[in-house]
Parts: sequence; C-alpha cells; structure tokens
Amino acid sequence: MSAAAETVSAGSARTARIVIYSLLVLLALVYLLPLYVMLTTSFKSLAEIRGGDMLALPRDPSWEAWTKAWGQACIGVTCEGIKGYFWNSIRMVVPAVLISTVLGALNGYVLTKWRFPGHKLVFGLMLFACFIPFQAVLIPMARVLGIFGLANSTTGLVFVHVVYGLGFTTLFFRNYYEAFPDELIKAAMIDGAGFFKIFWRILLPSSGPIIVVTIIYQFTNIWNDFLFGVSFSSGAESPMTVALNNLVSSSTGVKEYNVDMAAAVFAALPTLFVYIVAGRYFVRGLMAGAVKG
Amino acid sequence: MSFLEIKNLSKKIGNNEVLKNISIELEKGGFLVLVGPSGCGKSTLLNAIAGLMPLTSGEIVLDGQVINDLHPSKRDIAMVFQSYALYPNMTVEENIGFALEMRGVDKSERGELIRNVAKTLQIEHLLSRRPSQLSGGQRQRVAMGRALVRQPRVFLFDEPLSNLDAKLRVEMRAEIKSLHHNTDATIIYVTHDQIEAMTLATKIVVLKDGAIQQVGTPAEIYNHPANLFVADFMGSPAMNMLKGKAVSSNGTRQISIFDGTVRVPMPSSVTTQLADGREVILGLRPEGITDEGLVDPTADAIAKVDADVRLVEPTGSDTFVTATLQGSSFTGRVRADVPIAPRERFTFVFNLDKAVVFDPATNQRLT
Repeated sequence: MSAAAETVSAGSARTARIVIYSLLVLLALVYLLPLYVMLTTSFKSLAEIRGGDMLALPRDPSWEAWTKAWGQACIGVTCEGIKGYFWNSIRMVVPAVLISTVLGALNGYVLTKWRFPGHKLVFGLMLFACFIPFQAVLIPMARVLGIFGLANSTTGLVFVHVVYGLGFTTLFFRNYYEAFPDELIKAAMIDGAGFFKIFWRILLPSSGPIIVVTIIYQFTNIWNDFLFGVSFSSGAESPMTVALNNLVSSSTGVKEYNVDMAAAVFAALPTLFVYIVAGRYFVRGLMAGAVKG
Repeated sequence: MSFLEIKNLSKKIGNNEVLKNISIELEKGGFLVLVGPSGCGKSTLLNAIAGLMPLTSGEIVLDGQVINDLHPSKRDIAMVFQSYALYPNMTVEENIGFALEMRGVDKSERGELIRNVAKTLQIEHLLSRRPSQLSGGQRQRVAMGRALVRQPRVFLFDEPLSNLDAKLRVEMRAEIKSLHHNTDATIIYVTHDQIEAMTLATKIVVLKDGAIQQVGTPAEIYNHPANLFVADFMGSPAMNMLKGKAVSSNGTRQISIFDGTVRVPMPSSVTTQLADGREVILGLRPEGITDEGLVDPTADAIAKVDADVRLVEPTGSDTFVTATLQGSSFTGRVRADVPIAPRERFTFVFNLDKAVVFDPATNQRLT
C-alpha cells in the first residue's frame, strides 16, 4: 500500500465530514418529526386537523387545546383536565427520586468504603433487582402495599419506585465510589471524621456528576412509568402517564387530537426540562464512570 | 522506656501471614524507617499502627498506653499518604484545618494554627487554592502541613516521596530531615528506597516477607548486615557477593576466592575460627574495591586482584567498574580520572576491613 493511501487527504476528510453531517441532520429530522407533528397539531383547530395535512403549519394557531388539556379535558368522569394528575406525578417523582438517590449513595458508600463480609453477595442481589421484570413483582407488591395500607396512594407509588430504583442507584454510586481513592477515607478517619461526616464532607461534594446522572435516570424512569402507575393507583390518585392514557383512549364523543397532543407535550415537558438543564452533566458523568481521570 | 513499642505483632489475611511476630521499639523523637521490597508488609504494618487495619495478635503500646483497640482518630497519630490524599473539594486551608475542625477547635484558633504551619512549610500563598491547582511538591507540603498542624504524638509517612520527580525527591527528603530536627517529632516512615532509609533514619527496620530481617542504626545496617538479604538490599550498587573457602596458611586466617586463584586475609569482623575448607560468601561493597590510588591509607587488610574489565559506568564523581575473574563478576568504585576501558586488565585493590562474611547454608553473617 502506498504511503499516500494511509494518511487521510484533505479532500477525503471533507467528503467524510459531509457524509457524517448529512447523516446526522437526516437522523435528527427523523427524530424531531413526531415532536413537530405534536406541536403543530396542538395549535390547530379540530377542523384543520380533519383537513388531513399532518405536516402543514397551523393556519390559525391558538392555545385553546392547551388550556383545555390542562384544565377542562374529561378524564374518566371528571372534566378538570390533566393538571391534578400532573401534580400527582410531581408529588410522586420528587420524593421518590430524592429518597432513592440518597439511599443509593449511602449503599454505594458502604459497599465500597465500609466493606463487610458478604458485601459482594449483597451487591449482587441488589444488582439482580435491576434485571427483574416489573411485571413479575406486580402481585406481590400489591399485597405488600395492601398490608402497609398504602394501596392507591401517592405514598405507595413513592415506596414502589424507591424500592425498584435502589438497584440502579446503588449500582451507579457503587461504581463511582469504587474509583474514589480509599486513602482519602483513611485520611479522614485519622483526622477524626465519623461515618456520616466522611460521607457528607468528603464523598458527597465529589459526587456531583454521578448525582446528576442518577437524578436524570430516576426522574425520567419514574416520571414515564406507566405500569406501576396503572397497577397501584386509580382515579384521582393516578400519575400523569395513566391520566394521559385515559384521556387519549376515552372513546366518548369526538376524538380531540389537538387536546391529546397538548396533553402529551405537558407530560413530556418535565423530562425535557431535566435533560436540557442537566444534560451536559449527564454526558460528563457517564464519561467519568467510563474512563478514569 | 521506649515511647512506641510494638510487641509480637502478627497479621493474617486469609491464610496468608503478612506480618510475622513483629517487635519494634522506638524512643521519643526517633525516626524509624521501615524498608523492604514491595509486598514485604511495611505498609500493612504502618496501617496497623495507624489503626486502619485490625491486628491478628500482638500489642501496640504508645506512651505507656495499649492502643490496639483505639479508633484511628483517638490514637493521636497523623499520617501522610503516598497519594497525599488531599480532600479535592476543599481548599488548602480547609484541608489543613479539617482535623482541627473535627476535634472542635474553634475557628479563630484554627486559623492561627493553620497560618503557623503554612509559614513553616512556606505554603502561605497557596492557602486558598484547591489541591488540583497545586504541583506535586506543593501537594506534598500540604499533606505534611495537615499532619503537622495537629502536633500528634507520632507521624506516619507512607512512601511520601515516591510520586515526586528525582530532583524534588532529594529536596523534600532534606526538608523532612530538617523538619524532624526542628520539631523533635517521633516519625515512622515507610519506603522501598534504601537511600531514603539511610539518610533519614535514626533506626532502620528491614522487612522481608512480613518478617524483620534486621533492626539497627543506618551504620549498623550498612556495615554489619545481619544476612545476605539485608546486605544485598541496602546499598547501591549492591554489595559484591564472592563465593570462597576459609583457609589458613602459616597460622593466618584467609579466604580463597575466584576458584582458589586469589587469597585474601580473613576480614576482622569474623572472630571465630572457621574450619579449613568451609564454604563462605565474602561480602564486599563496591567502595571496598578500588584502584590503587583510592585505597584507604588507614586500611589494615588489603589484597590486590587483577581482573578483566567488562563494563565501565562513570557517574561523574567516580566510576563504577564491573570486572570478572574466573567466571565470577564484581563491581568496584574507582576514581573518575583513572583511564579504564572494557576488555582491559586492571589491578583492583580489595579493602577487607569493611568486608563481611556470610554462611551460604543459613545466609546469616558469620562473626
């Protein structure tokens, strides 16, 4: 092979660039298309939607569908929109994410820095929790919630999500803390810091990236969860995802696509917000786990 | 009475005995260096003293108090780690003050103590920086400051210089030594570098496979190594080990080396009578093998040996020469300006005053 063929010439580098970018743009368009359709449809009137041109921009954009989805749309027998369910979801997701993240961090701390006989087994079992299909635990979980008196309550859903999030949050934090130098813990011990002091003063301040990763992961998972929501709650206690499904699949009267789309965008907004705010930490955190230093 | 006493300390990890019946004493203000190859258990011993690792058996007594079961923070011991272990999220000032903070020293007093230590170590201008903004040498100083500020009963150093470049290492070594002089601190220092051990210690403990090989002052360890391992480990280039036999002729005791072609006087360190023909190993440091111009004029027992030069290594101040005779090779140290080249015949002078003799069967030194 000649020497020229082994190095990349300026011309072929540019060709490669063009190919890469056109592919990226194309794929981005494919992924953005549903969002585009959702947004444009939500601003159209029903008559315009029935007109059939799905990709056209709204002729006469209005917020009507949005206000209706938020405050007036009928879900089941009540016609108060999705706002109540939206707050249900918030009340579920915030404590569930915070509790599972804090517990995961503590687990990771103990499993790496305060090892006890059998720590590997305990971690293995927690890891196993990540692989259990949720469908398999529905009935036992319903029974447990019944015993605790938490059935059909937001607290019950928080409990379920904390329990099933623990496997993942523990995995995240354990792997992150595994790379955290033991000598720092030893130094802090000699300096006179106790178990929680070390955690709070030494470990947590260095855990920024992994906390962000865990929060994003847990937030999207819990917010988007449908199975637990539909199984362990009903009526006014349902989270957003369940309400959205009820709204979209209720079959009385005319199908209001614009209202459905607006409600769907409402349902997607919080996760979108979390990604935009914390997204760059997310990538950084994932990289921190992958390569050291 | 000794300040720190370690009695019959053993440590097993699984079935592996990493420390075997270690007993060491150290007086107040002493500088004890634990030295040995990697995996000899020296860091384990240091961790045991710090309380970071439970013992299997034995006792550690500090200032008359058994500290075996005391938590590390209650032992009044400070440790400087190989990686420095500076808290990355805190400034230098917070790093140095952390132990004081944990002990409830109030803020104004803390500030004063930190400033004093920073002054001693000349890191005052770095107090508001974070560890990631410091160079290796500066981090090293901060790590020492963190230990110094507490004025502990004992300082533990775990290979503190091994992450520094060669020049800085020599500088910091001198600083640690002067620090010891100025503060009269009691120090236990772990290293695998025998030069650090020689230059810093008031007392050296040589470890191998978890067992003490020899305890002594640097001079004792260097001049009278207890066995072949210590003799070989301490000193660079290593001590020459020449196979020989004890002989006597006309009532004078001698050792014949190089397959009997050379006879040298029996070193004075051997006082017992060795049987004729008994196999021995003659240990002679490179500085005991010189050219004729560099011979110690006060030397009593010398012998001239002609040998073939194989390798010449000039260090600037002197030249190390490796030569062979009858298939066994040795290294000598000659003046830098002696003209000498490989494949030449050269006359070396063996100074046997400082030579030692080992028993090849037991590896122990014969006296």
